[in-house]
Amino acid sequence: MILHDLISYEMLRVIWWGLLGVLLIGFALTDGFDMGVGVLLPFVGKTDVERRVAINTVGPVWEGNQVWFILGGGAIFAAWPPLYAVSFSGFYLAMFVILAAFIVRPVAFEYRSKRDDPRWRTAWDWALFASGAIPALLFGVAVGNVIQGVPFHFTDDLHTIYEGAWYIKFIGLLDPFSILAGVVALAMLVMHGGAWLTLKAEGAVQSRARAIGSVAAVVAVAAYALAGVWMAFGIEGYRIVGDYVTGGPSNPLHFEVEKTATWLTAYADRPWIVLAPAMGMVGGLLTFLGLRAGREISTLLFSKMAILGVISSVGLTMFPFIMPSSSDPQSSLTVWNASSSHLTLFIMLVVTAIFMPLILLYTAWVYKVLWGKVTEADVSENAHSMY
Amino acid sequence: MEFGIVELSRLQFAMTAMYHFLFVPLTLGLSIIVAIMETVYVMTNRPIWRQMTKFWGMLFGINFVLGVATGITMEFQFGMNWSYYSHYVGDIFGAPLAIEGLMAFFLEATFVGLFFFGWDKLSKVAHLAVAWLVAIGSNFSALWILIANGWMQNPVGAQFNPQTMRMEMTDFFAVLFNEVAQAKFVHTVSAGYVTAAVFVIGVSAWYLLKHRHVELARRSITVAAAFGLASAFSVVLLGDESGYSATHSQKMKLAAIEAMWETHAAPAPFNLIGFPDQEARETHYAIEIPWAMGLIGTRSLTTEIPGINDLVAQAETRIRSGIIAYDALLHIREMRDSADPAIMAAFEDHSADLGFAFLLKKYVDDPRQATEAQIIAASNDTVPTVWPLFWAFRVMVALGFGFIATMAYFFWRSSFRGMNYPRPALWMAVVMIPAPWIAAEMGWFVAEFGRQPWTVDGVLPTAMSVSALSMTEVALTLAGFILFYTVLFIIEMGLMVKYIRKGPFQDVSETEAWVQRHNDRLAGRKTADAIAQPDIQPAE
Repeated sequence: MILHDLISYEMLRVIWWGLLGVLLIGFALTDGFDMGVGVLLPFVGKTDVERRVAINTVGPVWEGNQVWFILGGGAIFAAWPPLYAVSFSGFYLAMFVILAAFIVRPVAFEYRSKRDDPRWRTAWDWALFASGAIPALLFGVAVGNVIQGVPFHFTDDLHTIYEGAWYIKFIGLLDPFSILAGVVALAMLVMHGGAWLTLKAEGAVQSRARAIGSVAAVVAVAAYALAGVWMAFGIEGYRIVGDYVTGGPSNPLHFEVEKTATWLTAYADRPWIVLAPAMGMVGGLLTFLGLRAGREISTLLFSKMAILGVISSVGLTMFPFIMPSSSDPQSSLTVWNASSSHLTLFIMLVVTAIFMPLILLYTAWVYKVLWGKVTEADVSENAHSMY
Repeated sequence: MEFGIVELSRLQFAMTAMYHFLFVPLTLGLSIIVAIMETVYVMTNRPIWRQMTKFWGMLFGINFVLGVATGITMEFQFGMNWSYYSHYVGDIFGAPLAIEGLMAFFLEATFVGLFFFGWDKLSKVAHLAVAWLVAIGSNFSALWILIANGWMQNPVGAQFNPQTMRMEMTDFFAVLFNEVAQAKFVHTVSAGYVTAAVFVIGVSAWYLLKHRHVELARRSITVAAAFGLASAFSVVLLGDESGYSATHSQKMKLAAIEAMWETHAAPAPFNLIGFPDQEARETHYAIEIPWAMGLIGTRSLTTEIPGINDLVAQAETRIRSGIIAYDALLHIREMRDSADPAIMAAFEDHSADLGFAFLLKKYVDDPRQATEAQIIAASNDTVPTVWPLFWAFRVMVALGFGFIATMAYFFWRSSFRGMNYPRPALWMAVVMIPAPWIAAEMGWFVAEFGRQPWTVDGVLPTAMSVSALSMTEVALTLAGFILFYTVLFIIEMGLMVKYIRKGPFQDVSETEAWVQRHNDRLAGRKTADAIAQPDIQPAE
C-alpha cells in the first residue's frame, strides 16, 4: 500500500495530536457534565424525586458519553502506543482508582432505582458522587504531573522503567501544583454539570445547580489563572535540542531534550495560542454570568467554550511534547517520537474521517429526541422504567 | 514455577477477562433476541410482544451495564499491566480496539439509552430501528475485539522495525481478514446467541413450571429455540473452522489440545479421552477415534499434523535462528542508518524468529550468551501445560453437542407439539442455565492458555510483555478487582433474580386484555379479531 504516502508522516502526527485533543475535549464536554451532575447530586436533590430528576437528565445519554473515554483510551493505544504504555503503567494505582470509578458509575446509574430501600438508593447516590468527583480530580492531577514531567526512562529495548517505590509513585502524584490542576478540572466539570442541570431541570434542582455551579465557575477561573501564574514563575519546561527529524521512526531515544525555565516561551514563539487560555478565562466568566442570570442554552455553550479553552491551552503550550520525563529528559515523549507507524496513522485517520461525522450525527439526533426538561412529574409517572 | 510479577499479572488479566466474559455472551445474544421480539411486535401489533421486549430488555439492561463496566478494565489493562506488550504491538493491536470504539461501541452505547427511555418519544418503527442498532453495535464490537485477539493468535500483516523496537503494520487487510479472527468471530458470537437462547428458555421454563406468565414464556421459548438451534449448529461448525485454521497457524496449541505427542501418519486419530502425562510425553488410557483428527484438522487424508515432540524440535531451530536476528538487531540499533548491509540482510533473513530468541530472556539477559541447556529449556517452554487444555476443550465440545440436542428438542416441541413441554424437560432447561457460560469460559481458557508461552504467537513471550511494576501494586489492584467484582456480582445476581421473580410488570392490563381476546378467538368464540388491535376494546 502506498496510498498513505498521500499525507506525510509529519502531517499525520500533527493531525493525530489534534485528534487526541478532540477526543479529550469530546470526553470532557459530554461525560464531563455526567460527572458534574454526579458531584452535584447530593446537594441539588434533597428528596428522592429531586435526585431522580437530576440523574435522569443524564440517564439516557451517560452511556454514549462514556464511550468518549473508552475511545480516548483506544485511540491513544492505536495512535500513540508509547504514550499509552508509559502513562497507563506509570500512573498505575491512580489509573486503578479511575477505573474503579468508571466501573461503579454505570452500575450506580442502572441499579440505583431498581430497589425501593432508601439506604440502597442513598448508597448509590454517594457512589455517583464519588465516581464523578474522584476521576475529575485525578484527571486534573494527571495533567498537572504531565506538565511538570514524569519520572521515567526507557531502556535500550524501550522497556519503561519508573523511578521510585510504588507508594512514592502514587502519593508523589499529589504535589501542590498537580492538586491545583485537579481543582481546576473538578471545578470546571462541576460548573459544566451546573450548566447542564440549568438546561435540563427546573424548580429547586435547577436553582441549587445554578447557585453551586456559579461558585464552581469562579473557583475554576481563579484556580486556572493561579496555575498560569505558577507556570510562569515556578514550573520548568522542556525543549528538543540538536538536529532532529519530524518524520522519522518513533523512538524517543533518537532525540535530545533539555529542561528550560518555563513552558510559557511557547507564547513568544506562537503568539496566537494565547487564544486558548483567553477562551478558557472568558468562557468561565461568561458561564458564571449566565448561571447568575438564569440563561439556559447560552450558559451551556459558554461552559463548553471554557472547557475547550482550558484543555487546548495545555496541549498548545506543551507542543510538541506529550509526556516529558523529569528524571531523564531524553526519554520524553513528543509528537515526533511517540506515534504509531505512518501506515497505522493513515488507516486510523481514514476510519475516523468516516465514523466520527456519523457518530456526531446520530449523537445529535439522540439529544434532539431527548430534548426538553426532565420534570418531577416525568419521574413519578414512570417510576419503574426510569433511573 | 516461581510466582512473580508475570504470574500475578497473568492471574489478574485472566480473572478480569473471564469475569468480563460472564456478561458479554448474554449481551450479544439477548440484544438480538430482544430485537427479534420487537420486530414481531411491530409487524403484528400484538401487545404481548412489546411486553416481552420490555421484560427481556430489562434483564438485558441489568446484564449489559456490567459488560460495559468490566470492559473498560480490559481496554485499560494492556497499558497498565502489559506496557511492553502495548509498546511492542500497539501499532497493530491498538487499531482494531480503537475502531471498535468508533464503529461499534459508540453505536451501541448511544442508542441503548434511547432503547430504554425512548418508548414514548419515538415511533414504533424508529424504536425498532434503535433496538436493532444496539444489537448490531454489540455484535460489531465482538468483531473488532476478535480481530485484535485473532492477531495475537496469528500475527499476520506486520513486521518488526529495528529502529522503533516494535512490530509495525504492513498490511491492514491481512489483519482484518485474518482467517483466525474471522472463524473466532463467528464462533464467539454464535456462542453468545446460544447463551442467550439457553437463558431465555431456562427462565421461561421456570415460569411454566410455576404456571406464571405462561403466554410470555411459551412465546419466548419458541423464539429462543429456533434462534438457539441455528446458533448451536453454527457454534459447533465454526468451532471446527477454528480448529482447521489453527492447523496452519497454531500447531502447538492444536497438538496440546489433542495431547498428540508424536506426529502420526496421516490421517491422525482423535483422542476422545485419555490422561495426558507431560513428564513422560505420552497419553495414558487414550480412547482414539481413527482418522478423525486428520479430517477435522486438515480436511484431507494425506496431510500430516505435527506432534508436540516435532514442534519442540522446530522451536529449537527457530531459537537458534532468532539468536542470529538478535545479534544483528543490536548492531542495527546501534548504527541506525549506517548499519552494515550484510548484517541488515542477515536480520531480514532471521527476523521472523526474533521472538524465539526472546524466550531465552527468562534464563539469560543476553540471548547470545545462552548455553545449550538453556536453549533446550527454552524450546521445551513452547509446550503449554497439556492436561488443562485437553480437558477444558473436551468439556466445551461436549456442552456444545448438548446445546444442539437441547435446542433441537425445544424447537421440535415448540413447532410440532403445540408448545407443550413435559415437566422434566422444563427442569432440565432451568438446570442448564449455567452451562453455556461454562462452555464459553472453557473456550477462552483453551484459546489463551493454549497460546502460552506467548502473548503474540511466535512474536512476543508473555514473560517479556509485562510492565515494570512492583508485586505490591499488582497485588493491590488484584485484591481491589476481586473485592469489587465480587460485590458487583452479588448485586447483579440479586437484581436478576429479583426481576425474574417479579416477572413482566409493564403494559400488564393491555396485554392481559389482548391475551383474553386472542384466546377467545382461537377457541372460535370471536372471529373478527384476526390482527390484534389493542386500542379497540372487545365488544361486550
